Amino acid sequence: MSESVTAADIKADIIVEAEHLTRTLAGEVTATLVSDASIAIRRGEFVTITGASGSGKSSLLYLLGLLDRPTSGAVRLLGRDTAMLDDDERAALRLAELGYVFQFHFLLPEFTVAENVMLPMQRLGHLPEEEIEARAMDLLASFSLADQAGKLPRQLSGGQSQRVAIARALANDPLLILADEPTGNLDSVSSANVQTILKDLAHAYGRAVAVVTHDRDFAAAADRTIVMQDGRIIRDE
Amino acid sequence: MLGLAPAIALKHLLARPRQSIVSLSGIVLGVAFFLAVSSLMQGSESDFIRRLVDNSPHITVSDEFRNPRLQPVAQLFGEGAIEIHGVKPLTETRGVRHYPQILEALRTMPHLRASPVLAGQAIVTFAGKDVAVSLNGMIPSEVSDITTIRDYMVAGSLDELVANPDGIVVGDGLVRKLSLSLGQNVTLTSPTGEVRTFKILGLFHTGRATYDDTQAFADLKRVQALLKRPNRANTIIVKLDDPHGAQQVAAEIERRFGYKSVSWQEASEDLMSTLATRNIIMYTVVSAVLIVAAFGIYNVISTVVLEKQRDIAILKSIGFRARDIRRVFLIQGLLLGIAGSVAGLPLGAALMWGLMQVRLKFPGSSDPVPLPIDWNWRQFAIAAAFAIAAAVFAGLLPARKGARVQPVDILRGAQ
Repeated sequence: MSESVTAADIKADIIVEAEHLTRTLAGEVTATLVSDASIAIRRGEFVTITGASGSGKSSLLYLLGLLDRPTSGAVRLLGRDTAMLDDDERAALRLAELGYVFQFHFLLPEFTVAENVMLPMQRLGHLPEEEIEARAMDLLASFSLADQAGKLPRQLSGGQSQRVAIARALANDPLLILADEPTGNLDSVSSANVQTILKDLAHAYGRAVAVVTHDRDFAAAADRTIVMQDGRIIRDE
Repeated sequence: MLGLAPAIALKHLLARPRQSIVSLSGIVLGVAFFLAVSSLMQGSESDFIRRLVDNSPHITVSDEFRNPRLQPVAQLFGEGAIEIHGVKPLTETRGVRHYPQILEALRTMPHLRASPVLAGQAIVTFAGKDVAVSLNGMIPSEVSDITTIRDYMVAGSLDELVANPDGIVVGDGLVRKLSLSLGQNVTLTSPTGEVRTFKILGLFHTGRATYDDTQAFADLKRVQALLKRPNRANTIIVKLDDPHGAQQVAAEIERRFGYKSVSWQEASEDLMSTLATRNIIMYTVVSAVLIVAAFGIYNVISTVVLEKQRDIAILKSIGFRARDIRRVFLIQGLLLGIAGSVAGLPLGAALMWGLMQVRLKFPGSSDPVPLPIDWNWRQFAIAAAFAIAAAVFAGLLPARKGARVQPVDILRGAQ
């Protein structure tokens, strides 16, 4: 668990909190991606964000995950206001406290499965190389991928690749897992598998998990579903 | 273990072997040509300077003054308002006055050898032919200390001049011209009409036609007698243990004795500036080869940056900072530069060896000589350093571009 968690946050168990987030893109016509969105995700909570294409689901996820900066509003991660953080500080927070899973799994193609999982730990540099390797192997084993460790991503199936991406997201033991359409590219069996893994991460391991999905079954399995329309949160239940 | 950024950089390059090898080839050839050309130019410069330093006096003290002598009244009232009219310079016998005393004083200076010379023109007459020569009257026992003529002796000996003051040592070009041979007597006539006979005791061959055809060495006393300038020397030549300190020593000699003292650097100023200009041109040309090669590297790294936008986005989303990304691509340039140097230096050395086998007969030289190549490690270091710097510089722009990639833009586009 991160050392930067304050007593107040533990009490409230809020991992990430957004207040009146708005994100617009300037151009000839100003596009509003997210409008006045407020949301809080707690430890052990499995939240899905749904909505039609272009409703602002992914944009909200990027804002919560410090990949994008809001035009107005605030994002607090572990009780810390991120507005004043510079790019390096935001990168450091992403590295230590956040884990991303994307629809197209985005594994580095030249690196083996094990090397992909080791990358965040090597970048963080808190563990010696042997421990990094051992932890990567443990993570892969927990997703039944130990025998794939030496393979390149192109040698894996879609479901296997997505499980590797989840293992990589967990490498630095983050408190918040953000997944953008993690099953959008998978068959139903793999999709169910990934859904179970993410749900377990929240319920069994106490991570806060936010998943953007179109999948109604996936959304139905969540503790909470946030529905977005035209950049606004229209339902949070 | 390899660091993270170098590992990513290396994998990127290895994933594109063909493009990497093409850009690497540019650097390899660039380094090789840079090394071969610069070592040839540097070698020829060093060879030229070595010949200059070895074959000329390091300092020449001549019977001239750099500035006109001050009139006594001006010396006495330097600050006063003096106007002098109609000064007629003293008519005096040419030569360094009190040269034995000056020599004595010079010889007290450390790491220095000095010897007097009376140089003048004379006509060598033999079998009805007349040839003008530059006659150098020297103290025979000191000729070897102060000149390198001993190294070029091809017949006879300089030492015989000590035993036989009526001897003369001449170039083989002059001997050929007059159909002379060692041991024969020749008649020398001075501009004043004085005539003396000398026996040829030695022949030298420097390879420089003008020198071998026109220079002659004889005993100082005999030359003084021939030129009718008894007890005079018109030059004192000085050799130093450290030729590069000649300018300072020359200035000190001039300050002490008043006579114009010219160091070899001053005497060759025009040549040295020509060499400097030549070096600038050479480095510009060979650098251009590497700059062109650097464009190849720029091209490869730019392509990698473009192709790896998604990877950059994922690395940034993991928590890599902009400077980590920049480092990855700069290291790619560095790796290409290092690999290019590692492969280019041996190729350059092979080219240098090949150039050494070429023997050319230069104008003014009577023998073919090998091309002078500088094998100093500095040449290798300069070529490698320049190649690596060019490669890293080539990676700079794409690296900055890569570092500026906004992951959100890429992630949105991937959907």
